[in-house]
Amino acid sequence: MSLAAVDWLLMAVYFAFVLGIGVVLKRYVTTSSDFFLAGRSLPAWICGLAFLSANLGAQEVIGMAASGAKYGIATSHFYWIGAIPAMVFVGVFMMPFYYGSRARSVPEYLRLRFDEKTRAVNAISFAVMTVFSSGISMYAMAKLIQAIHILDAPFAKIGLSSALTFHLSILLSALIVLGYILLGGLTSAIYNEVLQFFLIVAGFLPLVFLGLKNIGGWSSLKRQLPTAFTHSWQGMSSAHTNPFGVDVFGLVMGLGFVLSFGYWCTDFLVIQRAMAANSMDAARRTPLIAALPKMLFPFLVILPGMIAIALPNPAAITINPSTKQMQAASLTGKGLIPAKTDQFTGAPKLDSNGNPILDYDLAIPNMLIHYFPTGMLGLGLTALLASFMSGMAGNVTAFNTVWTYDIYQSYINPNATDAHYLWMGRVATVFGIALSVAAAYAASRFNNIMDFLQLVFAFVNAPLFATFLLGMFWKRTTGHGAFFGLLSGTTAAAVHHGLTLPLGAVAGIKGGWLGAVHIYPSEMAQNFWTAIWAWCVCFLVTTLVSLCTRAHEEKDLVGLVYSLTEKPSEEHLAWYMRPAVLGAIVIAIALVLNLIFW
Amino acid sequence: MGLDIRTPIGLIFSVFGVILTIYGLLSDRAIYVRSLGININLVWGLTLLAFGTGMLVLSMRRRRFLKKLRAHA
Repeated sequence: MSLAAVDWLLMAVYFAFVLGIGVVLKRYVTTSSDFFLAGRSLPAWICGLAFLSANLGAQEVIGMAASGAKYGIATSHFYWIGAIPAMVFVGVFMMPFYYGSRARSVPEYLRLRFDEKTRAVNAISFAVMTVFSSGISMYAMAKLIQAIHILDAPFAKIGLSSALTFHLSILLSALIVLGYILLGGLTSAIYNEVLQFFLIVAGFLPLVFLGLKNIGGWSSLKRQLPTAFTHSWQGMSSAHTNPFGVDVFGLVMGLGFVLSFGYWCTDFLVIQRAMAANSMDAARRTPLIAALPKMLFPFLVILPGMIAIALPNPAAITINPSTKQMQAASLTGKGLIPAKTDQFTGAPKLDSNGNPILDYDLAIPNMLIHYFPTGMLGLGLTALLASFMSGMAGNVTAFNTVWTYDIYQSYINPNATDAHYLWMGRVATVFGIALSVAAAYAASRFNNIMDFLQLVFAFVNAPLFATFLLGMFWKRTTGHGAFFGLLSGTTAAAVHHGLTLPLGAVAGIKGGWLGAVHIYPSEMAQNFWTAIWAWCVCFLVTTLVSLCTRAHEEKDLVGLVYSLTEKPSEEHLAWYMRPAVLGAIVIAIALVLNLIFW
Repeated sequence: MGLDIRTPIGLIFSVFGVILTIYGLLSDRAIYVRSLGININLVWGLTLLAFGTGMLVLSMRRRRFLKKLRAHA
């Protein structure tokens, strides 16, 4: 696969703009608040699109398409049951405390509401997590660039080995992200996230259009795929009749409640975007505005995956020999999805039944290569690169803020000037990215360590929402309660994982290391139930410990707890600007979408 | 913030639109076998150009509005 001059030109224009936005924004960054919180000056629609895009890293784009190819439209549960209700909840009910408390980060809210130790646990685990997520994102991008061989031809021209592609991709993406964050701080990151949102739409909308046209529309796609692929709820009544291997309770409670609320309502990476808003009303509207396009994203990212697997015989399309040749469609794959090949022999990998193991992650790249001619291909790849980079930048800006405010200012150097913290934020950006690069290389050398770390992060995150829910809506919750609740929730997650196994897996990283006492039908079911257990244990322990420890003074909790805080008035807003009304509209549309694809 | 985000977005999409439109006009029809015979570069280039120009118009109206406010103040 090689690109023409026009493709490179489009990419170069994008990189020039990304850095140019940073250069222009540089002169507006004079205080630490400008750098870390965008001066709390952005309108709701910008924060909303950034709120959406910060999560829309390329792993999300590629992963959702891969899941669409593997499981079909049921993947939309991650949106219509998962993200949407949680986004409405954080906007309508939780944002008044995050924004109203003037906390500069989620860990700082925990210190205001609970105590120092609860903040420390959250800040440190979050900081480590962001560095690794950004590293994994960088690694995934470098792997993808390697896999589609776009740099091979230009490298050969200047006499470099194509083995350098991986290193150069990592270095270049790190430098660009470093450049624009150093210059413009959070504003730069947010502006580029908004740009990325439009780019993803611009790159993927024509792809979906061409794919659907080719296959003969939705009704024809339905005929090409097994029934379970085009119905999101049919078969959910039992874990054995749907592709996820999850029953309806596990899905709604595990994914819809614990995991999604845990992510969208407590993760500083997204909450930071809302905290940058210019008013309480704007902050509350941020997740609601994000929810509107979020609901439609399944059509942009899941549908291409489904089309890729459904195409009957893609090799039949002839390609003019004068144009650049297309990547040979793997004969052992299905549709546009090739089989994974052995690194050394090049032979397709087979599972225990002799069927090829499909490399679903190549659904999106192969769709782009298949349908887009020179020109559009450049645009599509630029969109993909943009989403990789803004995924990284989101993690880096969240990291530098938590490091500077919650670790450096709190425990290392509390009494410095604002200019010093601004300087520290820039330094943190540099070493945050350096650590991400290290993490990317660690990921490329020790795949198991990354799996292990992601597992640990899942354990740490699973109980979080119980702590926030109790903290915000029950004034009796105490710091000791929150702290020990979190610890026991994480422990419960680890123990549950150690005692269970997904069907067909061996004890080890997949679970069962304490001796498997229960077998789940799928890994997803195990994940959901691990989260459910962690949440329940955290909720219970927090409640019990809180009741046994001394309550906080009520005057200290004003602005932090529901019952002691004045409800933000919506009277002065036009009806379509009111968070409660917007929230209701979003929920209604999500409901309709669920019914349409039932 | 001093920079209206609609300005860079309007600019980049206008530039993308112009590049794709010109390329769509000049390129060999044969490359569009892939995109089912549709000259997707031309069609989508014009769409992006329209979107980019729209964004630029919005940002210019905003600038004029702010100038008027300042003149009154």
